[in-house]
Amino acid sequence: MKEQAEDFKRLGERFSAQWTPTILELDPDGVERHRIEGFLPADDFLAQLMLGLGHATFKREDWKEAERRFREVLERFPEGDAAPEALYWAGVARYKGSHDAAALEETAKAFARRYTDTSWAKKASIWAKTKV
Amino acid sequence: MNINWRHDVDRVLEEARERRRLVLLDFSAAPM
Repeated sequence: MKEQAEDFKRLGERFSAQWTPTILELDPDGVERHRIEGFLPADDFLAQLMLGLGHATFKREDWKEAERRFREVLERFPEGDAAPEALYWAGVARYKGSHDAAALEETAKAFARRYTDTSWAKKASIWAKTKV
Repeated sequence: MNINWRHDVDRVLEEARERRRLVLLDFSAAPM
């Protein structure tokens, strides 16, 4: 499979794929929107693919659809590693579509109840309303 | 989620641009 090996080298350099497995989700213009590096069990892999769809939708500023896609990850794989990231970006997508700060506050509240020990909870903590 | 795997990557990228479709690029098959 010399041809494939050559393609692999050429495209690997173009897309900075330095390890295998590496899976990239590209938008229609060939721009990377999500990257999965290393092996994942099927459910985690599927959750990552769905997360990538959410990110691609987010980048084209279809906020409602992006939120729907991120929430779908949460509903289907609530215990998976992708869930906290999906919760975070669902809140951001909702905020971007509504410009209602409550979307971010509610996301911070949700992180106070679940996924509390994740980096995504830390990132969302800035959105929590502080008592003065 | 249906994925139509193909090997003609350059053509796929071209078609994706024309048809406004997303592409999944898999670097899993060949050794690094």
